[in-house]
Amino acid sequence: MSKKPNYLATTNACKLCTPLGACLAFKGITGAVPYLHGSQGCATYMRRYIISHFNEPIDIASSSLSEKHAIYGGGPNLKLGLVNVTKKYRPTLIGIATTCLTETIGDDVHQFLQEYHREVKGDKPIMVRVSTPSYRGTHMEGFHDAVTAVVASLTTAEEQAPATPADTAEPATPGAEAPINLMPGLVSPADIRYLKEIFADFQLPATIIPDLSETMDGPAAQTYEKIQPGGTPINAIRAMGHSRASLEFGHGMGKHSAGMLLQERFQVPCRRLPMPMGITASDLFFAELGKLSGRPLPAKHALERGRLVDSYVDGHKYVYGKKAIVYGEEDLVVGLTTLLAEIGVFPVLCASGGKSGQLADAIATATAELLPEPPQVFEDVDFFDIAELAASLEPDLVVGHSKGYSLARRLAIPLLRVGFPIHDRLGGQRVLHLGYRGAQHLFDLVVNAMIAKKQDDSPVGYAYM
Amino acid sequence: METALDERQRQIHRTGQQPFELVCNQDSLAGAVSQRACVFCGSRVVLYPIADALHLVHGPIGCAVYTWDIRGALSSGPELHRLSFSTDLQELDVVFGGEKKLHAALLELIDRHQPAAAFVYATCIVGIIGDDLESVCRTVTAERGIPVIPVQSEGFKGNKRAGYTAACNAMARLIGTGDTTGIAPHSINILGDFNLAGEIWLIRDYFSRIGVQVVANVTGDGRVADLQRAHGAALNVVQCSGSTMDLAHLMEEQYGVPSIRVSYFGVEDMAQALYDVAAHFEDAEIMRRTRELVKEELTELLPKLEFYRQKLTGKKAAIYVGGSFKAFSLVKAFRLLGMTVVMVGSQTGTAEEYQELAAITDPGTIIVDDTNPLELSSFLEEKQVDILVGGVKERPIAYKLGVGFCDHNHERKEALAGFHGMLNFAREVHASVMSPVWRFTPRQGVWS
Repeated sequence: MSKKPNYLATTNACKLCTPLGACLAFKGITGAVPYLHGSQGCATYMRRYIISHFNEPIDIASSSLSEKHAIYGGGPNLKLGLVNVTKKYRPTLIGIATTCLTETIGDDVHQFLQEYHREVKGDKPIMVRVSTPSYRGTHMEGFHDAVTAVVASLTTAEEQAPATPADTAEPATPGAEAPINLMPGLVSPADIRYLKEIFADFQLPATIIPDLSETMDGPAAQTYEKIQPGGTPINAIRAMGHSRASLEFGHGMGKHSAGMLLQERFQVPCRRLPMPMGITASDLFFAELGKLSGRPLPAKHALERGRLVDSYVDGHKYVYGKKAIVYGEEDLVVGLTTLLAEIGVFPVLCASGGKSGQLADAIATATAELLPEPPQVFEDVDFFDIAELAASLEPDLVVGHSKGYSLARRLAIPLLRVGFPIHDRLGGQRVLHLGYRGAQHLFDLVVNAMIAKKQDDSPVGYAYM
Repeated sequence: METALDERQRQIHRTGQQPFELVCNQDSLAGAVSQRACVFCGSRVVLYPIADALHLVHGPIGCAVYTWDIRGALSSGPELHRLSFSTDLQELDVVFGGEKKLHAALLELIDRHQPAAAFVYATCIVGIIGDDLESVCRTVTAERGIPVIPVQSEGFKGNKRAGYTAACNAMARLIGTGDTTGIAPHSINILGDFNLAGEIWLIRDYFSRIGVQVVANVTGDGRVADLQRAHGAALNVVQCSGSTMDLAHLMEEQYGVPSIRVSYFGVEDMAQALYDVAAHFEDAEIMRRTRELVKEELTELLPKLEFYRQKLTGKKAAIYVGGSFKAFSLVKAFRLLGMTVVMVGSQTGTAEEYQELAAITDPGTIIVDDTNPLELSSFLEEKQVDILVGGVKERPIAYKLGVGFCDHNHERKEALAGFHGMLNFAREVHASVMSPVWRFTPRQGVWS
């Protein structure tokens, strides 16, 4: 095991800032407008960054603070901004995330919101706030904290919807028709669409939060939608305390996740599963749905699993022993590493800009039976560190978002683009990662990348594999 | 108009319908979803292409990561500018101050990359916690013997324009420190071209052909040593007036270098730029060569443009760019293609520029300052626009509505400057406007 890099400066970061994650999460709520309490630049930079991946409009409002607000406080601009957003967008919810500026000057958003509610008359959207200074955590902490903040604010005694319209008494034990809550983490719109299909096939009603499937991957429009349709419905969120169970993907959500909150507040049992990537992890997920629904694996998915195994066999020799570098958000890295390990690829370096302290354990657990030796695992690293570590590893493949392109280019090996962001290819929002179908997609990509590399490098240029 | 907030009405003008009046250069309205960025952004885009300098962003990770390899600004040599460096401030740094970390990070990065100079960008938070950038930079300058220059670009201290000024102030510290021997009397600095898709190479070639020496590129394919001797040039040729005009003024005051404003976009403005430079030097030979060059280029270009003009005549264009100076050239370029401009706006235009735009556009044209997605989309719908020219943030708004798009911002990969750039521009516009895909979009209604 090589020494952990210990540089002071960050070069080509392998993480994004906290409020960006919060904006993405808010964007998955029906009728919501993300709002940054900070200076104008943050909102614009994040919009640009997100647009380059999804190729979809994303309007993020801002308090547009200037120097005098930084000195005297951003309260007046926050309230003005909320009034203006309400006037023009007519949102059902405004998700307010703070920035390093407003956290450092000590703006009390809670108090500003109380003032806003006192001062502003008429119909007001629901206000949800989350503290996201960019000097604490990464975009994933911002993402999860925003989800928790939405669930926490909409399931208070005043906000929550009764289990049935007539129900005013004690909440009854949820019946079989009560939904399942799913907190999938930051996955693609294609993944969310597929998850919905799976729940429907098990005849399980589900509340998936956030839901970017339409808000960040919508159809061409006749007129400009101020707020893109889709997202997790507000009433469904209000009712999450009446659900039968919560499922959460990954370990990155920490102790204060939405699922944990619902378990504490409403005794909705929360089960954490690894991101369902590859057969092993997907089996766990499908088995859980089988248990919750009391139904066997629907034939469609059984067939997809069967075809996936069949293709694993067809392609195993092209990938066995190939060495991969995997980087990105911690939960995604665990999922990708598991998938790669189960198809015979040797992940040799697993890296993340996050620092939960759990990445190494999660990878060791997931790959214990599959790999001859465990991969090197590093948290809190950047692409300079990754490149330096990679130099002695002779990798065959790089797997992660598009910011690893320069690394792959220097190593002259393929980059398999997954996750967020994908800035140098079209269709990042349509990349499928989860379940048997996602594994099929990723497996085909890995195998064909290896075959293409061999074919391109060959003096002959084989016409068959 | 109903889509715009009341406070925003004064920043929208329709030509020919009322006397010209437009409010601009204001702080963006809270909650209006401005397309503008911040002071830091202004500084970062201007200094970014200086390829042999270290660009260290002092702050939490966001500001550095969102500007990593963001511009298509090419370098003919070193590519240090394409890396993203940050002090990645954490909570404890914010509490106890980030100066020590900044100092150590600078030494580490300078020793690793051996840059010709280092720029240290202040972000919002640095302005609040009060790190003394000046003092840290001075120390490191002494320790490592290269210029280490603070850029006072705290995001909240104004808009993008303030960032241009901060960048100019930073560059001004380099200028005047280098040896000017060997600089020809007929020499210029190119200010305000960023070598997107290699544009400055094209422009430099034109100047070389007419017999004018280029001393420093400010900043496309820029080098620290060139900037240091830029005061030796006889003339500053300034494009994109917003970003580098401050530097030109400063050089005129301190070193007596005069300046002229030009644009390299479109046939007329490109030719005019060369003629203006030639006229400045009052040299018959340079003027003769300039005429020859323009004739040569036009003889080749105009027949090729004719194909596109025929296809595009009558189509309608909307323009939304960073600085409004570029918009003039675009209005003329569209005219040359037979197209009508029905909306033109910018993030940071000045009152004079807007007034002039109102004067050269057709009656009914919308002139807008610091617009936002809702206004922009309503303009596109109202005017039945065929193509929008803008940057990445405007692109999905056009595409969602089934409107064509041409990227004229810093991420473009096609050279649009110069005579050849006009041909690329025509091709770009044609490729988008004439694509068969629009027939499937709801706006064109084939399916609905």
